[in-house]
Amino acid sequence: MPHSFFLFRKIKLKKIKRILSGDFIFKNITLIFALFVLSLAILVFYELYSRSQLSINKFGLGFLFGREWDPVQGIFGALPFIYGTVTSSIIALMIAVPISLGIAIYLSELAPGYLRSPLSFMVELLAAVPSVVYGLWGLFVMVPWIRDYLQPFLESILGFLPFFQGPKFGIGMLAGGIILAIMIIPTISAVSREVMLAVPNAQREAAFAIGATRWEMIRVSVFKYAKTGIIGAILLGLGRALGETMAVIMVIGNRPNISLSLFEPAYTMSGVIASEYVEATQELYLSALIEIGLLLFIITLLMNIFARLLVWRMMKIFRGAKE
Amino acid sequence: MAMKSKSGISKIMMALAIILIITGAVAAYYALTPKTQTITLNGAGATFPEPLIKKWASEYNKINHSIVIDYQGIGSGGGIQQIKEKIVDFAGTDAPVKDEDMTTGYLVHIPETLGAVVVAYNIPGYTETLKLDGDTIAKIFLGNITKWNDPEIVALNPGLIDINQDILVAHRSDGSGTTYIFTDYLSRINEEWAKRVGKGKSVNWPVGVGAQGNPGVAGIVKNYHYSIGYMEITYAMLNNITYAWIKNEFSGEFIEPTLESISKAAKGFLNQMKNDVRLSIVNSPEPDSYPITSFTYILLYKEMNVYGEKMDMGKAKALLDFMWWIVHDGQDYSEGLYYAKLPQEVIEICEELLRSITYNGQHIITS
Repeated sequence: MPHSFFLFRKIKLKKIKRILSGDFIFKNITLIFALFVLSLAILVFYELYSRSQLSINKFGLGFLFGREWDPVQGIFGALPFIYGTVTSSIIALMIAVPISLGIAIYLSELAPGYLRSPLSFMVELLAAVPSVVYGLWGLFVMVPWIRDYLQPFLESILGFLPFFQGPKFGIGMLAGGIILAIMIIPTISAVSREVMLAVPNAQREAAFAIGATRWEMIRVSVFKYAKTGIIGAILLGLGRALGETMAVIMVIGNRPNISLSLFEPAYTMSGVIASEYVEATQELYLSALIEIGLLLFIITLLMNIFARLLVWRMMKIFRGAKE
Repeated sequence: MAMKSKSGISKIMMALAIILIITGAVAAYYALTPKTQTITLNGAGATFPEPLIKKWASEYNKINHSIVIDYQGIGSGGGIQQIKEKIVDFAGTDAPVKDEDMTTGYLVHIPETLGAVVVAYNIPGYTETLKLDGDTIAKIFLGNITKWNDPEIVALNPGLIDINQDILVAHRSDGSGTTYIFTDYLSRINEEWAKRVGKGKSVNWPVGVGAQGNPGVAGIVKNYHYSIGYMEITYAMLNNITYAWIKNEFSGEFIEPTLESISKAAKGFLNQMKNDVRLSIVNSPEPDSYPITSFTYILLYKEMNVYGEKMDMGKAKALLDFMWWIVHDGQDYSEGLYYAKLPQEVIEICEELLRSITYNGQHIITS
């Protein structure tokens, strides 16, 4: 009896000790923080959904395909904004992906040791520049350059394509795409560099051993291995491009307009929310703006989940390969 | 290990104790210091009158130390929302509130100053002042006129005959009272504009590029040759931007936008204003008045007891005294900040409006 009694007390004491120990408390506090972030995302979604009810009920699916945005008459369609966001992001990717991959390859495979860390540091520094600074630079430096040099050049050699016709004011879809490209290059190149560095050296040595040139080695062992991770990096960049607001507002021209010409003004989803929300006094108008926010939330969320999954899977495979 | 974690906890406890002591001391300090009887009046709303209201607030505080006035320029829409939720004691708005939108109590509109919109332009090498009439402006912003040497523009400005250049139209992309005044004027003058675009704080622009705020539009006009855009006159004056003279449809004269010609616009509507000040004063029949002009208003509840516990007779009196001061002595500060003064006749209308405001049915201003 006494023996088992002591045992019981011992267990109980242990339990109490465990509950009072710092580790246990710490673990649960951090758990609360983690859940807090999750619940924040769910609340944001719920709030956006419930506040856009008015517009969802009135326009239904037609909201996604409506081409007209007329606050005066209360007609709202999101298509020009979806088009503007998606197209400017695609232009940004078309410019940023080759450049970023070039940076990543150079930094991970080719650069001499003394250049590696200063260069990667500088590339990552670009990501820290506030977007409004990019926007100001874009409006005062880049846009006049596009108007005076790039647009006449593009028109003279590719003017037969509908993409490169139209007014040459500099401001427009093309300027929006280029500024986004500059802003996502640091993201894509930094993540792809990490992924490439994670490729086991044995892979490289194996490629060299069978007589591969440096380019063949990169193509066969690094690219093949890092493929998923690079795609993840690109999607992370895309996520940033989709949501970027200030810099784009300043150069894209902000007119809800669907045109094949990249010289014409366009408008993005985040741009219209930032611009028009403050003075939107009618209920339906406000609700339509919030529904655009909901659409943007869903699109970027899906994109980011997909990208993260790819990067994580990639890292797991490498860890497995190294051990 | 156990020792270590214990000392970790005791460190945290120490830190917590220190924080508690400090907060306790601060709380005690505030609880024990004698309260001075200050009344804080909160306002929010339109950004256009913000510099003027802030000037008034600081000047009024110099005379009455116990009154602190805070105004936040969050936009007319935000101001209306906040006064409806009874967060603020007064709101500023550029566009009047309609009767059917006053769901939380009648809101008295007090015109506190006048705003005007100028048409700024950038035509390199053209040294004369551009002259425009409403119809031509509407056609430019509709995209019906696309070149600077269009016959209709040349008829008003013969010097432009050789400028065979495309017009770059710049407009606001954010919702704004400036856009409201400008489109209100164009709707009044041009039928096609009224039908196709209409008036509002944001409209569906047929042509042009959108820019954020007055600085955004000014940035485009300054940086791009052969551009045209509209902006608040105060902003244009402070930034030395060239703007056009606009034709007064009634006298046929081209009017330079000045603080005087803006003030005069109100005089064309005095009789209608006595019934309701919430009227548009664009295209005023007063001969020397600038036609793209508007009042900007302060909103106050007609019956102050809607605030419940947050309002009492003393605070309501302080609020109305400030408003009374704004429309009288306060007007002397307007022109220094490039705002137009209210004409004497309008001030008398403001007095009547302020007298009509009550707290629990009792008139607050009795003089």
